[in-house]
Amino acid sequence: MGKTLFDKVWAAHTVRELPNGMTQLLIGTHLIHEVTSPQAFGMLRDLGLKVLYPHRTFATVDHIVPTDEREEPFSDELADAMIKELRKNCAESGIKFFDIASGKQGIVHIVGPEQGITQPGTTIACGDSHTSTHGAFGAIAFGIGTSQVRDVLATQTMALQKPKVRRINVDGKLAPGVYSKDVILHIIRMLGVNGGLGYAYEYGGSTFDAFTQEERMTVCNMSIEGGARVGYVNPDQTTYDYLRGRPYAPSQAEFEAAVARWKSFASDADAAYDDVVNYKASDIGPTVTWGINPGQAIFIDEDVPAPGDLPEKDRATAEEAYEHMKLKPGRPIKGTKVDVAFLGSCTNARLSDLQEVARYVKGKKVKSSVKGIVVPGSQGVATLAESMGLADIFRDAGFEWRGAGCSMCLGMNPDKLVGDQLCASSSNRNFKGRQGSPTGRTVLMSPLMVAAAAVTGEISDAREVFTLS
Amino acid sequence: MSLPKITQLAGTGVYVPGDDVDTDRIIPARYMKCVTFDGLGEYAFYDERFDAGGNPKPHPINDPRYAGASILLAGRNFGCGSSREHAPQALYRHGIRAVLAESFAEIFFGNSITLGMPCLVMDGRDIRALAALIDEAPQTEINIDVANGQVNMADISFPAALPDHAKEALVNGRWDAIADLLEGLDDVNATAARLPYMASA
Repeated sequence: MGKTLFDKVWAAHTVRELPNGMTQLLIGTHLIHEVTSPQAFGMLRDLGLKVLYPHRTFATVDHIVPTDEREEPFSDELADAMIKELRKNCAESGIKFFDIASGKQGIVHIVGPEQGITQPGTTIACGDSHTSTHGAFGAIAFGIGTSQVRDVLATQTMALQKPKVRRINVDGKLAPGVYSKDVILHIIRMLGVNGGLGYAYEYGGSTFDAFTQEERMTVCNMSIEGGARVGYVNPDQTTYDYLRGRPYAPSQAEFEAAVARWKSFASDADAAYDDVVNYKASDIGPTVTWGINPGQAIFIDEDVPAPGDLPEKDRATAEEAYEHMKLKPGRPIKGTKVDVAFLGSCTNARLSDLQEVARYVKGKKVKSSVKGIVVPGSQGVATLAESMGLADIFRDAGFEWRGAGCSMCLGMNPDKLVGDQLCASSSNRNFKGRQGSPTGRTVLMSPLMVAAAAVTGEISDAREVFTLS
Repeated sequence: MSLPKITQLAGTGVYVPGDDVDTDRIIPARYMKCVTFDGLGEYAFYDERFDAGGNPKPHPINDPRYAGASILLAGRNFGCGSSREHAPQALYRHGIRAVLAESFAEIFFGNSITLGMPCLVMDGRDIRALAALIDEAPQTEINIDVANGQVNMADISFPAALPDHAKEALVNGRWDAIADLLEGLDDVNATAARLPYMASA
């Protein structure tokens, strides 16, 4: 039996077995940001430890950085203090920091790939659960807590238990108006928000083969929403083409040798999996969430499920969801009034997301009752989008065009919902209170569906609003 | 670094029902603007416990009957979502010393063990039975036998599971991995030397 990419990368990075039976795994690439790292540096200082391999840690600011005000000091003193703390920690330890003035700052999961830091056959960790995004390159990427950030800083390793691997095949061509975001929302809907517990997800099949790197990132990003800490796609020519020429990718002279190495990590054709599931692209439609976790999802033309439509075990959470979301079971979700349209986050704020939406919103207007904001995932994305005229298209349509950051995905900066506002969001989590207001309501969807909601002022089918077929 | 061996825990319990309780609920993101974890305890389950004006809402943790509880009972997939260690830190600093649930999200579980806060898996019926016992006699002590995987209250005993690696780590006082990881530094350097990308910056 052959091996999976997961098996091979795990073996290549295994340092030793620990006394309790866990594996001490080398983490080749460590990404840090301002919210989950300051305490880790504090712990290092308390223990008298130093950063072991400072050249393998990369930093940026994303979670709390304001997206409208870019001059320091920021009016939020706590946020300002956290950014300064990261700057100081990086300077003291010799860690590369993609700071606000660098023109390279952005959401850590967008900056890593953009800079070519994210590479196949590597291990990556970051104190953020959406680190699984980097798996799109055939890397094994773990979201970690702050004590593990400390462990990686001090030892470039962490203690881990090897998960099982589930292969998820999606085959066929997606219909117009159906995107990689719909694919992952559908997978989570089918397997459940805890279906991935104890598993790494390997995504493949002809749908994934045809995906761009950025589309693969959207899927891997939300693996954790299905309970899988790790999600990945085997690297292929699409991956190598994406990486060639990027600042931290291997140089031209070394590139072919690197590609040969990367290819050797891909899963063998006869690899053994602990589980395999199969989906057809043609069965997937534009998907929106109706509840308070990402698995509570339906196609846009379906009704909000009634308790009787759901398995017994899901009914209590559904009751909680109806109450929080103020949605009626058995009624269509289409037509629900929207207050805010948020196009951003590590799930869907890359250039291709903005390009796709701009194609359709050009000449359209955001409804006057809706606050529409576009938050590019990185300064790199913002610069390109501005030079290509996309920013102007969004501004002309009535969207606010912001600076790069996590923004309203988690509402740690000033971008928050107010009261029980309902947000059509291209982000990854619809938890109660997620977008900064305890009573705020989030409906997850693809970027184009967000645009459709912005234009019509209600949850809408983008295929109808923008006459796609 | 020597850590206490966590073999037995005793305390009173509080049941926070519901499945898929995510880390945003355990600690809302706006309370993560801090450079240390000190002081997070008061924000545990904040938006569930307080309204927009800061007035207490009905919630088991606000209920005086369960004051001082150090053992939290929960449903399925407890701690899902964000990797924020702020979540178990907030619970721990609130006084929680162990969580009993039907299942745990993986990152939350690991973060909790690293703090020396055992997370044990119990059958859903047993969780509800134990919750009923707590409801009848909230100040009766619950005993958790980490080493033998048992939870005892009054004369009743419930099985409670912990993966071997976590049990080993807790009962041997090695739940914070840093000491073990530091012992392997020679092997770390050797492994890194075999991987070409480790040399680049």
